[in-house]
Formats: sequence, C-alpha cells, structure tokens
Amino acid sequence: MQLENTGVSIVSAVLFSPLVGVLVLLFWPRLTDKQVRIATLINTLVTFAFSLLMLSQFDSSKGMQMEQVDEWIAGLGIYYHVGVDGISIWLVMLTTFIMPIAVLASWTGIEEKVRLFHGFLLLLEVAMVGVFVSLDLFLFYIFWEVSLVPMYFMIGMWGSKDKVDFFGREMEARIYAAVKFFLYTVAGSILMLLAILYVGNKAETFDFMLIRDLMRSGQLVFTEETERLLFVGFFIAFAIKVPVWPLHSWLPDAHVQAPTAGSIILAGVLLKLGTYGLVRYNLEFFPNAAIDFAPYIGALAVIGIIYGAWVSYAQTDVKKLVAYSSVSHLGFVVLGIFAMNSAGIQGAVLQMVNHGVSTGGLFLLVGMLYERRHTKAINAFGGLWKIMPIYSGFALVIALSSMGLPGLNGFVGEFTILVGSAGSDTLDIWYTVLATIGIILAAVYILFMFNKVFMGPVTKQENQELEDLTWGGNWYELSALVALTVVIFVIGLYPKPFFELMDGAVGDLVAQLDATLQVAMK
Amino acid sequence: MENVLTAVPLVVFIPLAGMLINLFFGKYFGEFGVGFIGVTASGLAFVVAALLWAGLRDNNFEAVVVNPPLFDGWISIPSANLEIPWQFRVDTLSVTMMLVVSGVGTLIHLYAVGYMHGDPRFPRFFVYLNLFLVFMMTLVTGNNILMMFVGWEGVGLCSYLLIGFWFDKSRVFPDGVSEGWKNSNAARKAMIVNRIGDFGVLLAIFLTFWTFGTLDFYKPDEQPIGGHAEEAEEHALVIASTDEVIAEEEHDLSNMGFLNQAQVLLSDGEEHQVKFGSVDLSLKAIVTLITLLMLLGAAGKSAQIPLFVWLPDAMAGPTPVSALIHAATMVTAGVYMMVRANVLFHHAEVSSFIVTVIGATTAIMAGFIAVGQWDVKKVLAYSTVSQLGFMVAAVGLGAYAAAIFHLVTHAFFKALLFLASGSIIHGMEHGHHHSHDSHHAHHEEEFDPQDMRTMGGLRRKMPITYWTYVIGTFALAGIFPFAGFWSKDEILADSFRVFWDEGELKGIFALMLLITAAGFTAFYMWRQVSLVFYGEPRHEAGEHASESSLLMTLPLMILAVLSIFGGFLNTPSDLPLLTDLFGAHKFTDWLGHSVVNAHAGEFLWWLALGALGVAVFAIFAARQLYADETTSTVRITGDPLARNPQTSQAFALANAKLLWDEMYFKYLENPFNVASRFLADRVDWQFWHDFFHHNIVYLPFDQGAKGISGNVDKVVIDKGIMMVFARGPWEIARRVRRVQTGFVRIYALTILLGTVLVMIAILFPDIRDILGI
Repeated sequence: MQLENTGVSIVSAVLFSPLVGVLVLLFWPRLTDKQVRIATLINTLVTFAFSLLMLSQFDSSKGMQMEQVDEWIAGLGIYYHVGVDGISIWLVMLTTFIMPIAVLASWTGIEEKVRLFHGFLLLLEVAMVGVFVSLDLFLFYIFWEVSLVPMYFMIGMWGSKDKVDFFGREMEARIYAAVKFFLYTVAGSILMLLAILYVGNKAETFDFMLIRDLMRSGQLVFTEETERLLFVGFFIAFAIKVPVWPLHSWLPDAHVQAPTAGSIILAGVLLKLGTYGLVRYNLEFFPNAAIDFAPYIGALAVIGIIYGAWVSYAQTDVKKLVAYSSVSHLGFVVLGIFAMNSAGIQGAVLQMVNHGVSTGGLFLLVGMLYERRHTKAINAFGGLWKIMPIYSGFALVIALSSMGLPGLNGFVGEFTILVGSAGSDTLDIWYTVLATIGIILAAVYILFMFNKVFMGPVTKQENQELEDLTWGGNWYELSALVALTVVIFVIGLYPKPFFELMDGAVGDLVAQLDATLQVAMK
Repeated sequence: MENVLTAVPLVVFIPLAGMLINLFFGKYFGEFGVGFIGVTASGLAFVVAALLWAGLRDNNFEAVVVNPPLFDGWISIPSANLEIPWQFRVDTLSVTMMLVVSGVGTLIHLYAVGYMHGDPRFPRFFVYLNLFLVFMMTLVTGNNILMMFVGWEGVGLCSYLLIGFWFDKSRVFPDGVSEGWKNSNAARKAMIVNRIGDFGVLLAIFLTFWTFGTLDFYKPDEQPIGGHAEEAEEHALVIASTDEVIAEEEHDLSNMGFLNQAQVLLSDGEEHQVKFGSVDLSLKAIVTLITLLMLLGAAGKSAQIPLFVWLPDAMAGPTPVSALIHAATMVTAGVYMMVRANVLFHHAEVSSFIVTVIGATTAIMAGFIAVGQWDVKKVLAYSTVSQLGFMVAAVGLGAYAAAIFHLVTHAFFKALLFLASGSIIHGMEHGHHHSHDSHHAHHEEEFDPQDMRTMGGLRRKMPITYWTYVIGTFALAGIFPFAGFWSKDEILADSFRVFWDEGELKGIFALMLLITAAGFTAFYMWRQVSLVFYGEPRHEAGEHASESSLLMTLPLMILAVLSIFGGFLNTPSDLPLLTDLFGAHKFTDWLGHSVVNAHAGEFLWWLALGALGVAVFAIFAARQLYADETTSTVRITGDPLARNPQTSQAFALANAKLLWDEMYFKYLENPFNVASRFLADRVDWQFWHDFFHHNIVYLPFDQGAKGISGNVDKVVIDKGIMMVFARGPWEIARRVRRVQTGFVRIYALTILLGTVLVMIAILFPDIRDILGI
C-alpha cells in the first residue's frame, strides 16, 4: 500500500524544534552554563509557541489532521507519518508546556555537566512529542525507545547522592534506580515490538491510519487468540510505563532518585506515554480483546487507586509520597480508559493532562524545598506556611488540585472518569464505588503531607530562615508555579474547550467500541 | 423585574472581588481597609440578595435560571450527553439561603473586625471569610447538583483553612501537644471526615446522572411540578411506563431537570426500571439509594451520626468562624441539599425513616454530651450538632419547610450565642492580660479563657453580652415567644402529625427523642448561663473582664433582635393577635414555590405548652442545681451532677463525649494506619520492591545477559560493546557516569535492543519463520 507524500506540517515543526537546540548544544563552541539554560528555555518556549499555533489551527470537526507523510523505508512500508487528533494534541500541548517548567526547575539545581543535561532534556522532548504524533508503528517504536535513553541518563548521572544496600552490596541509589527503570521499560517494549512486527507483517504496512482503516473495514481480522496475544503484547509495555499495579515498583525509585526536572517530566509526560498508548493502540486495534480484558484491567486500576493512596500515606519522604500518589492517580486514568465510553475516555485524556500539571507541580515544589533544606523527610519540616507564605499558597493550590478539589483541574478529570465508569458496560458499578473511596484516601495522604510540612508551629531552627518566592530573587521558581497554577484554574473552571477538541476523536473511537460491544453482548 | 434577577451572579462575584483585593493588596491596607473591603463585599452581597427577594416577589415567585457572564459552560461532553453548565438558580429556597448567609455573614464580618484586631494575619482572615461566602453562595445558587458540590467542597476547604487559622500557636497543652498542632489536626480531621460524606454525594451524583441523564435540578424554562400525581396530570405530561419505553415519551422527560423527572415518574404509581451499565434496578430502589447516599453527605457536612465528630474539634478556629461556618451557614448545607431534593426524599419512605432516626438520635445524643462539657464553645458545638439533628429529623418527617425555618432561626440565635461566647472569651483574655500586667506575672499558671469553671460573675462586667446571651438562650431553649419556640414547635407538631395521622412509627420516635433533646437543650444552656454569668468571679481574669467594643456588641444586639422576632416569619394560623399581625405561615408559603412538598404545620396547643413546660422546667432545674456552684470564688472542680451518685456515671459519659473519638481511633484510624505501614513497608517495599524485583526481574536478566554475551559475542557484535553488556547493567551505568565516551556506547546498546531485533526479524525471512511471525 502506498501513501502520497505531503508538504511539511506544523506538527513536524513542533516535533523537531527542540532538535535545533540539541544541535546547538552539541556543536556551539563555547557556552556558559547560564547561556545554556537561557538557550534551552528559549528553545522550549519556541516549541510551546509552535504547539500553540498548531492548537489554533486545529479543526475539531475533523479527525486526524495536519498530517505529514514522507517516504522513509519504502520497501517495508515504513513512512515518516505524523499528525494529531483531538486526543494526541492535548498530550503534545502537555509536553511542550511541561518542558519550560522542567528547564526552570533545573535553573539552580543542576550544576554539573549543564550542557549535556539540557541536551538530554531537549532530546527527550523530541522523543516524547514523537510518540504522541507518530502515525507509523515503526516510527512510534523508535521514539518510544529513544525516550528511554535521556531519562536513563538523567536519573543515573544527575540523580540524588543517596546510597542503597542492594543485598549486601552498597551501591549508588541513582544507578540502581536508573537501571531498574531501564530494565522494566525495555522488558515491556520488547513484547510490544513483537506485536508491532506481527501487525505490520499481517497488514503489510506499518501505517497507523491504513491499519485502522483496514481493521474498521473488516479487511484485517485477527483470530480471537491472536488478538488477545497482541493486546497483551502492547498492554504490558504500556502498563509498565503507566505504571499499572503491580508493575509499579520501578516508579518510587526512579522518582526519588531523579533530579527535579527528571521527576517532573517523568510524572508529567513519560507516564502518559503508557496511558496514551492504551487509548491509541489497545482500544483502537484490539477492541474485542479490550472488552474481554476490561474487567481485569479495571480491577488492577482500582487496586492501584486504593493501594497507591494507602501506601502513599505511610511514606516519610515527601518525594516518595508524591510518587506513590501517581500510582493512585493513574489508576483513575486506566479505569476511565477501560470504562470504554465517551465520558470515561475523555475524562482519562483530560486527567492525563491534569496529572501532569498537578503532580509535576508537586515535584517542582518538593525540588524547591530540597534545594533549600537538602532533605525530603516529612518530619524535617513543619510550619512552613508561616515562613514561606507565598510558596505555601502555591503549594496549597497544587495540593488541592492533586486531591481533586472541585473548581480545580483534578476534579474535572476524576469526576468525568467516574461518571464514565459508573455507566460503563464493561465495568461493574462496584469499580466506581471502590474508586470513589480513592478520593477519600487522596485527601488523607495529601492533607497528611500538607499538615506535616506547612502547618503546625515552627519547631526546627533550620526552617526559620527559608527563602520565600519573589520576582527579584527567584523569578524562575515563581514563574513556573504561576504557569502551573493558571492552568490548574483554567481547566478547573472552564474545561469545555478541552473536551470540545477531543470530542470528535473520542466519539469516533467510542462509536467503534460500541459497535464491537453490541456484537459482543449478543 | 427579570433584570434584577439576572444580577444573581453578583452574590458570588462581589465576595470574590473582595477576596482577590484583600489577597493581593491586603497587606498595604491596614486593618481598617481590609475590614472595610471584607465587610462591604459581604454587605453588598446581602443587598443583592435582598433585591433578588424583591425581584422574586414581583416575578410571581417563579424561579429564574441565570447564566453567568463569560463562562458559557463547564463540563460539556456532547458524545457522552454530559452537559453541566455554570448556572445560577434564583428561587425562594436559594434566596432564603442567600439572605441568611450574607445577612448573618455581614454581621459576623463586622464582628470579626473587632475580634481579630491585632492578629498578624488579619488580611488573610478576611480573604478566607470572603472566599467562604463565594463558595457558600455557589452552593446555594447552583442550578445543578455538581455546581452545588463545588460550593460544598469549597466551603469545606474554607472550613479547613479557618479551623487551622492559628496553626502556628506554640502554647503547649498539658498533654504535650502544642496548640498549633491541635488546630492543624482539627482542620485536617474536618476535611477528611467531610470527604467521607462527599463520597456519598459523589455516588449520588453518578446514580442521578445515569438514571435521569442530567444533573440540573430544573431546566431553565421549567417550574417545579407540584406535589401530587393529579397535579402532574394537570401539566399534561406523558409518562413513560416500564413496558413501553417509547422514544417520543422519553423526549418529554429529556427536557426536564432530574427533580421534575423524578416527580413525574414516581407519582404515576407504576414500576419503572432503570438500566445502565451493570445496574438494573427499579426506580424506587435507585431513588432510595440516591437519598441514602445524600444522607451520608449530609451526615458529614451537617454533623450527624456517625460523622459529627469533626464539628466539636472545629471549635479550634477563631470564634467568628465557629459562628459563621460551624453554626449558622456551612453546617446547614446538608439540610439544604436534602430539602432541595425533597422530591426524592418524599418518595423514598425507607430513606426518610432512616433520616428521621439519624436526625433524632443525633439531636438527643449531642444534647446529652453538651451537658457534660466545661468548654464554653464545646457546649455550643454540641448544641449545634443537636439542633442540626432537629433539622435533619424534620427532613425525614417530611417537614421540609419546618427544617428550613429552623435553619433560619437557628442561624440567628446560634450565631448570636457563638459571637457572645467570643465576646466572653475576649473579655476573659483581656481580664487575664490586665491582671497579669498589674501583678507583674507573679504566678504563671495555665489559663484557659474558654473554661467555664474559671468564669462566673460576668453579668455585671459584660452587661450587653449577658443580655444578648440570655436572649439567645431563650431562643434556643424554645421559650415563647422567641424564635426557636416557633421553629422547634413546628418540627414537634409535624412529628406528632406523622405519627397520629399517618400512623408512622418514625413520628412517635422522633417526638419522644426530640422533646427529650429539647429538655437537655434548655438544661445545658442554663447551666452555661449560670456558670458564666452568675455568682462571683472565680478567677482574676473574670474580675478584670470588661465589655467588648461596639464593633463586637452591635452585631450581638442586631442578632438578639432577630432571635426575638425571627419566629414571627412563620406564625401558625389561628393564633389570636399574632396571626393578625404577622400572617399565617408566610414563610412556608414562600418556600412552597420552590420546595414542592412543603406544607404548613398545624399548631397544637397542648404540644406547644408541653414543650414549653419541659424547657421551663429544665431551666429551673439547672438554676437550682448550679446556684450553689456560682457562689464559689475559686475554680469549680466538679459538677453537681458528678457528685450525685445517681447521675455521676451519666455525667462522666457525657464529659467523655461518649468515647466516640476513642472508638474511632481504636477501630478505624489506628487499624488504618497500621495497615498503611504494613502495606508500605512489608508488601510494597520488602516483597514487591526488593524480593520480587531481585528474583524475578533482575536475576534472570542478569543471567540472560551473561548467557547471550558468552555465545553471540564473537560472532556478531563488536567486542567492546558486548563487554559492557556482559558485565550486566550495573556495570554499564557505573561507566557511563565516568566518561562521555561511555555514553556513546550505551546509546548504541540501547538502539541495539530495539533496532537490531527489528532488522533481524524483518530482513531475514528464515528467522521470521522460526519466530512464527
């Protein structure tokens, strides 16, 4: 099957704009650390501007759009094919929005090998945007693998200085974490690779759009067993990335050891590669298997919601607490996806963005504290609200967004997901009841953290002198928090345009799922 | 007058503006400026609410739905038929609530200017108070249940912030916990307990959405359909029956809010089946579920058994907060929600029964505990729980108008009592400082300005506070003709009606419990008045106490007037003179335009006199019992009830608050914490993170990597790269850090894992065959 080459699309501009920065950082002869930071910040802001331009050109009445096709490995039916629809555009926006914040978060925290670090940041941005916009399975896989590399090094080289006891051997915790992250993700993606090869072989093309058309028109059909195997192949790779309980044990290590920017990107975007993959590939390609597996995956999601929250509550390290809260939050996203109706999936997509903003924000806050106090132990703090009122005000908003206070972004996503799962044809009502308990637990662990860190009297001498946020002193911290807070309020109070843009794409997907479901129920 | 009604968003936006101004510029204004803005914002909201009241009268009491400027929608998902707008509802119920919230709210704002004088976070206090008004107004004006929920959670947030307002107080209590932590933990407890209630509200919302397809109470162009099936027929509505769910008939319902839909479907006397997702239940069962879940929410917000435990702790907040949030307005949100959904409760007999039992039991339980308290605010807190129990019981009995009537009068007299208690505390603190200054702090004993045992004799020191407090007490105890008498009597009369006319058990149950609770109320209130105001001062602080400033006493006097005359809003019919003066159940009629099941209560002479007798008797009993105590000039050590062997055990139980907190700790909180640590340490870390990872993930990979490297090494791949690979991933990472050339190699390795496999599999058909793909 052949595709026509098209002109250059703005999607490519978004995708490759950070690559310019990578090249500059690689080859520009002399750059001070400050110049590197400013250049990277400008580069990420320009990329964000491109993505805003892309957003402004988006036509919600169309499905996949702004596509670009170029021949790549013609003999194998592999194309450079990119484009966005109502689902992927929000994840691209999330990525380009989070990146400048990650740069600002490393403004003072990263002092060694600054150039390399920022090179990795930009490379990571290319890879992540690439995953969201690729419409060719092969291209998708390349980006998927590439996204692993910079994060691996960011954890391994710029991570914390802690040591761990690894069964009698003392080793550096960041190495342990980096390797664990690497192992889990690679283990998953190998299975996905096999599945991709099988699908590509059978369809005689790797093009997402072509394969989708073939499947929808019934020209490409798998037997029940094959479909299930393929579903599992994709699912495990994505589930590890999300992470779906019980595949989460790499997450606390990676988060705790990563530098602040690493944690922000990891929580903000990288985990969404998994949830995005579930929507884009598992639901789209294997609806029958998805329906069959939905009750089991839904159960894992619900366990993750409650387990993550419960474990989070017992943590003594702020960063670890936030890390486990991700397990809980992403459980909601997975639940919404496998509710397999429009409310559930749209809620899930919005919640991906929300989680990126609020959990990214929490990691940013933790990073700021760490830079001031060089500890992340919860009981090292107390009463910070009195010392750092502005910082604490932002912390309050972001914490409330994370626990899903109505009027802020987290609630809109969680509510929509739960509405979806309550009326889902694939999930029993009890899933919703249990998941809603997760909302109680979210208050338990978030307020536990907030109380211990920010409230109570100031008892420790070291905390008396902590520096609050000011435009003059640390504009980079303040501006990052302001940006996050604005988004938190915008999505919380007026999410309508967000849903409007994704309605077409999700509606289309759900129509397919419904058709499959009707057949399955007969 | 429609134009006046479209001003309703202002009740939210004016306090919002006040809050934002004080948030960003408050620090430049000084106390006067901040207070002025805060009070003005609240006062203007009251003016708007009053205009709405007038506008509604001119609009023939017909409800109006108003869209806010700028926000043309909120959660809107066309493909899921989920459409939840920001929409404001002006009807008699919401205007009643608006008037109470902003009216009492403005008085409390004014009072707070005096009360919070000198606090280092003075501006922040007014930011929170105005923010509270924003959310409370959102709660009562929302035209859909989700918008109500935004306000519902928002007021919870303000409650959290204000309970914990003095989070940094370093005074350490005898039990070793500092006041700051006590306040912070009380705040957290309030929020979490309320979240348990919110769980119920959320599930109720989900069920509502899938059953009725909308979360709007009523659509913009419809009016509530009256209480009975005949009236439904008058509106010429087609009703879908179980057997023939026809598209056309559904269409008629699809233009209705869920309350009218429920009204139509539930009054046609037929069985309807609700099917969605995995749920397949009769409509009756769904409505029962929804109402029970709402009750759970109300139990959280309106402090009913079993979730009331947060409210007594919430007294850690500054006293104006206790008056505004934890007595007059926020805690009544649960009652408001149930009255708003009266259509559902009216048709859910089982739920109504449970609501009655919960409300009446809470009323008597909290009244009992209040008798054994020494803290002046704790008594009022339990009293609030008890009175909320009256309102909830009224909802269960179907006396929706009486519930809201009691809500209104309670807002007057309980706000009064709390503010007066704040004045007392202020006076005691002032006196304490004064005596310390004059004696140069000769003995630094712990002084608790809220402990009634150290008070006494304040009647002469603080006359305005005293007189207003007594008025509040009479109103709360239900003494004729104060406000509480009328509203409480309506609830009692209705419980008798439910028992006598309808033969329902819950009626007599409620009547017995509520009358007893009313007796407790009068008793503990007069106990308090005796201990605080009568006799001689039992502490230097009391001797030096002085009346509070006019800023604080003016709101007291206004509220006292309201507590005296508030009951005439809804005088029963057929009373000599009073009915002629104030009309017959005006308030019920007014409310009936939005609360379809509101009905006017009868006035039962014998019941009113009986209840009055109980109250008077209880007051005299308290007066006798505590007369001796008040002659003491030193701190009282025990209660006469504790000294009497017949009542000592009961008093001890009341004093220990029936051990609710201890039970919760033992059976819920502690197991939860232990399980949490077990999950985190044992299950997640030791098993999952270490054991499982090492044996199932790491070792096989390590071995595998070594195996591959041994065989494939010489044949295919560059030796240098494989050497790194062979030593396992730990080695890789160690090298990477050292030199940048290492990075290139690892990069190549990563690409290998992906691309080499791809190439091999695609390019060599033989291998593809072997792999079977």
